[in-house]
Amino acid sequence: MKRFIFYALATFLVVVWLTPFLISVFTSLKSMDELMLMRRWWEPPRELKPGNYITAWTDANMGRYFLNTFIITVPSVIGALFLSSLAAFALSWFDFKLSTPILMVFVGGMLVPFQMLLIPVYRFSVNTGLYDTYHGVILFHIAFQLGFCTFFLRNFMKTIPDSLFEAARIDGAGSFTIYRRIALPLVLPAMAALSILEFTWIWNDYLWSLILLQSDRLKPVTLGLVTMQGQWITSWNVMSAGAIIAAVVPLVVFLMFQRYFIEGLTMGSVKG
Amino acid sequence: MKSKRWWVPYAFLALPLTMYAIWVIIPLVQTLILSFTNWDGVSPTYEMIGFANFRRLFGDPNFQKSLLNNVRWLVGFAGVTVPLGLLLAVFLDQKFRGSKIYKTFMYLPMTLSFVVIGQIWMWILEPRTGALNSLLALFGLGPVGWLSDPSVVTYSLILAASWKQISYAMVLFLAGLKLVPNELVEAAYVDGANAWRRFFSVVLPMLRPAMVIAVTISIIDSLRAFDIVYVLTRGGPFYSSSVMANYMYVQAFHNYRMGYGSSIATVQFLITLGFIIFYIRHVLKKEAEL
Repeated sequence: MKRFIFYALATFLVVVWLTPFLISVFTSLKSMDELMLMRRWWEPPRELKPGNYITAWTDANMGRYFLNTFIITVPSVIGALFLSSLAAFALSWFDFKLSTPILMVFVGGMLVPFQMLLIPVYRFSVNTGLYDTYHGVILFHIAFQLGFCTFFLRNFMKTIPDSLFEAARIDGAGSFTIYRRIALPLVLPAMAALSILEFTWIWNDYLWSLILLQSDRLKPVTLGLVTMQGQWITSWNVMSAGAIIAAVVPLVVFLMFQRYFIEGLTMGSVKG
Repeated sequence: MKSKRWWVPYAFLALPLTMYAIWVIIPLVQTLILSFTNWDGVSPTYEMIGFANFRRLFGDPNFQKSLLNNVRWLVGFAGVTVPLGLLLAVFLDQKFRGSKIYKTFMYLPMTLSFVVIGQIWMWILEPRTGALNSLLALFGLGPVGWLSDPSVVTYSLILAASWKQISYAMVLFLAGLKLVPNELVEAAYVDGANAWRRFFSVVLPMLRPAMVIAVTISIIDSLRAFDIVYVLTRGGPFYSSSVMANYMYVQAFHNYRMGYGSSIATVQFLITLGFIIFYIRHVLKKEAEL
């Protein structure tokens, strides 16, 4: 009986919970006539119109935006992971006076309201020629995500027993060798979890692309979706198709690597 | 360990710290300085004008609206989404077969960007033909100006954002529930404690760390809400759904009042700072206990 109540209630809950998403999927597959005449948003399409996705992908330029997001996200994740592993190693393994203050700066920085950085980062980009380029956005993402990544990886490196490092040191290994041969391989599982989280966060970024990019040919999906509103605002079906296109990669990544995603999120207990 | 050469840790930190300084630390300080200037974003020079921006800010009705809306976001996030996340977590924390799949479904909004969430809710909240008003019309109710009525619009935005925030709180609590030892709950059961007592006297105290993190992060997030406001309403109509982050963006990048915008950001930062410090201390203390 208890089991039956759980299943009934949980099923009801999930259906209600995912209704907004289902409405979007249904809308993306309907014709405008059906949408406006029927107004039954919550009903599946009577006639499937997958062509909306083609319109969104080609005419509304989502294909280009989609590619841009990959071009921005992949190097940002790799860069943030690599650089933060260096910082995390320094902050976990060496005793030095500034260790704790530096860690606090990294942790504090990731929680600062973005508005606190907008104007100077924008000005810096314009002055250095980084404005409206892929690498301008990529460098910013790497730098900003260092806060969370360093904090996260450092906590992991702390769990490596000192004896492992000591043994290597007695064998005459230098610090960089210890980093590369011992610390790095041991935190690889943590880095996997971290990369899933970072991929999703950077993929979903909107504000920084809004500030640092201008050209339509460089825009990522999030920015592209808002740009689409300008021309396609009356085509709710095409707009919904665009939203689904923008959502699909984070959704698939999450479904494939759910365990990593959840572990990463709860271990770091923060959100970017 | 102590390195024989003092500079070795700094060699590892050199590149990451330099980048962090360029894109995070120095900009933070620059915004603080700019908040005391009248820079317009275009002119090569600007003047220091003392606290004039801040004085003007607190007499600015649109800033007051934005600040008040942030308070609404804060109460909504900390007071409603966190308890709801807890409720869902406790409900879903069952060992029934297939309960994992239910959790996966409940997590989904967390993976979406606020731009996509805004787009999804746009058709639901749209005043004339949107899903919610169409549904209400079936019962002869409405229409409600979800995004056009100044007294409603902020709550609509909080509702849409909560969809994601509740999943996040739920994840934190489910992780916390994993750490509650079964024997403890069973012992209370044997002692005759009913379900309520077991929850409030045994489970809830064990969830304290998850609760602290969930509330702190929710507050920090509520104070920096931007994407969904900008995508759904741009703060309108007439600034009725504006929040500090949105107002700052509009002043700095639409009206070219970089000095004034900086002062808005600074106020936003100072309000958040207390919670950031609390969070850092909490995290570092947890560390010291390990």
